[in-house]
Amino acid sequence: MARELWEGNQAIAEAAIRVGLEAYFGYPITPQNEILEWLSRRMPELGRAFVQAEAELGAINMVYGAACTGARVMTSSSSPGISLMMEGLSYIAGTEIPMVLVNVMRGGPGLGNIAPSQGDYNQICKGGGHGDYHPIVLAPASVQEAVDLMPLAFDLAEKYLTIACVLLDGSIGQMMEPIQLPEMREVKRKEYPWATSGANGRERHILTSIYLEPLEEEKTNLRLLKRWEEVQAKELRYKEYFLEDAEIVVIGFGTAGRIALSAVRAARAQGIKVGLFRPVSVAPYPYGRVAELASRAKALLVVEMNSGQMLEDVRLAVNGRTPIEFYGRLGGVVPFPDEILSEIQRVAKDTPKVVDDPAAVWLKRMDSVTK
Amino acid sequence: MATLITPENLVYERPEAFTDTPTHYCPGCTHGVAHRLIAEVLEEMGLIGRTIGVAPVGCAVFAYNYFATDFVEAPHGRAPAMATGIKRVLPNNIVFTYQGDGDLASIGMGEIVHAAARGENISVIFINNANFGMTGGQMAPTTLPGMKTTSSPNGRDVELQGYPIRVSEMLATLDGAGYIVRRSLHDPKNIRMAKKAIRMAFEVQNRGLGFSLVELLSTCPSNWDMTPVESLKWLEEHMIPYYPLGDYKVAPAIASVKI
Repeated sequence: MARELWEGNQAIAEAAIRVGLEAYFGYPITPQNEILEWLSRRMPELGRAFVQAEAELGAINMVYGAACTGARVMTSSSSPGISLMMEGLSYIAGTEIPMVLVNVMRGGPGLGNIAPSQGDYNQICKGGGHGDYHPIVLAPASVQEAVDLMPLAFDLAEKYLTIACVLLDGSIGQMMEPIQLPEMREVKRKEYPWATSGANGRERHILTSIYLEPLEEEKTNLRLLKRWEEVQAKELRYKEYFLEDAEIVVIGFGTAGRIALSAVRAARAQGIKVGLFRPVSVAPYPYGRVAELASRAKALLVVEMNSGQMLEDVRLAVNGRTPIEFYGRLGGVVPFPDEILSEIQRVAKDTPKVVDDPAAVWLKRMDSVTK
Repeated sequence: MATLITPENLVYERPEAFTDTPTHYCPGCTHGVAHRLIAEVLEEMGLIGRTIGVAPVGCAVFAYNYFATDFVEAPHGRAPAMATGIKRVLPNNIVFTYQGDGDLASIGMGEIVHAAARGENISVIFINNANFGMTGGQMAPTTLPGMKTTSSPNGRDVELQGYPIRVSEMLATLDGAGYIVRRSLHDPKNIRMAKKAIRMAFEVQNRGLGFSLVELLSTCPSNWDMTPVESLKWLEEHMIPYYPLGDYKVAPAIASVKI
C-alpha cells in the first residue's frame, strides 16, 4: 500500500477501523477531536457503532458495556477527559475485560491548555483510577508509530484482558506525516468464554467488579498482578539509537524522545558519544534495559515534557549506580532540540555526580531558563 | 394421607427467569416484587436467552444473583451508558437496567437523560423509594419535603435541600423518550398494573420502538422505620400524591401496541 499524508488523530482512527474496531464512544475535547469526528463518519458508513456521549463518564461506561460483549472497542480523550474516565477505567480493570484508550495529553493541571504535554504519565502508567491495577501504556513518537501501535494495543488488551492505552500528545495527534496504514481486515468478534451476549443454551455470564468478600477481592488482585507480571516479562518495547559506544544515554519517550533524537544527532556531529533510549512501552517499563545501559554509561540524561515523572522509573532502574541528569519543560511547553543539545553538551563537559534528586537540581537551573 | 404438593394445588412457583437464590432484601421491601414481575415478563415473552441486565449500585447491586440471564454490574448511575454500549453492539438482544433513585435520579441523572434523549432502545426499571436504601437511608433527590432521613434528620427542608425530582414527568418532555410511566407496588391491583407496564416496556424494546422506563413507587420499611404494612400505607398516602401514577409519555407508534 502506498504511503499517504495523514494527520495523526485521523490516522489513529482509521487504523483502528482497519484492524476491526466495532464500537467507538467518545466526547469532544481538544486536541483529539479529529478521532471522534473521523469515526462519526466512518463507523456508521461501515455499519459499526458510534455514539457521541453526553460526557466522558458516559463514553467510558458505554465502552465498558460494549467491552462486556467481547466486541473490539475503544475511546479517546485528553487530560481532563481522561480524569473523568478514571472511574470507568478502574471498573473495566476490575472486571478483567479488554479495551483500548487513546490518550492525547495536553497541558495541565486543571483546564490547563491544549498544547502538547506529557504531564499525565503518572496518571495512566500508575493505574489512575482507584485500586490495584496496571494498564498497558504504549507511547509513539510519530504518526506512523501511533498507527502501528493501534493493532498491537488491541491485541495486548485482548490477550491480557486489560486496558491498553496509546499515549501521545497533541503534536503527534495534530501533525501530518507520510504513513502506511494497515490493510482493511474483516471484523471478527472473538468468542470469549465470559462475554455477556445472552444466555441462550449456555450458563449465564455475569460480569462485575464487586467482590464483597475481601479474600475473593484479594484473589482477583493477585490474578491481575500475575497477569501484569507476565506483561512485564513479555511485552517490553523500546527503540535504541547510537547506543553502541554511548557514554551519555538520553532517555525520553514520545515527542520528547523524538526531539531528543534531533539533539543526539547534532551532538554526534560534534563528536559527543551520546545515544538515545526511547521506551515505547512505558508501562510495562523496561527497567532491566535501562539498568544495563546505565551500567556502562557515564551519565543518563532524562528528557520529558513534565516535571520528571518517568524520571522516577529511571531512578528505580538505576538505583543510584549512575549519575542521572534531568531536563523538563512543562505545562504545554515543547523543548527545542537546541535546549536538549546544550544539556547534552553540559553533561559531556561536566563530571556528573549521583545526586539525591535530579529533578531538584534541574528545578534550580530552570530559574535562569524561565527568567 | 395424600400430598398437598400437586400441580392442581400450585399457587406459587419460581419463574424460569429466576435462579434458585434466597432473597437478600429486607422483609417487606418491594424490590422482590419488582424482580418477580420482570422475571415473569421475561419468561412470558420468551426473552430469557436474549436478555442482558444491567445492575446498579445500591440495594439491587446483586440483582444479577436472582435472574437467569446474562448480567453486568455498572458503576453508580452509569447503567444507562453501559446498556447503551451493549445494545449498540448487540442490537438484537434485550437490554434492561434496574436502578434505584439514588443511582438514577442523583449521580446518574446525566446518563438517564441522555439515554432517553437519544431514544436508546433499552428498558429501564426505576425503583423510587424516596431514599438511599443501601447506604442507610440518606436523603435522595426523591425524598419528600419534610421527610426525615439519616441525612435530613429534621425533615427535608426545601429551602436548604431543594425539591424532589419527578423523574417520569421530566423525562417525558424529551422527544427521544418512547414509553414513560409511573406505577406503584403497594397493593395487588397496582402490582398487576405495574407488571403490565413492565411487559409494555419490554414489548417496546423488542419491537425497536425506543426508550422505555417504568418508575415503580416502592417501600423501604427498614430505613423508613416502619412495619411492612405501615410502609405500604405510607407509600399510598404520601408518595402517590407527590408522584401521581400514570402514563407520562406513550409515543404514537407505541399507543397502538396491544399486549
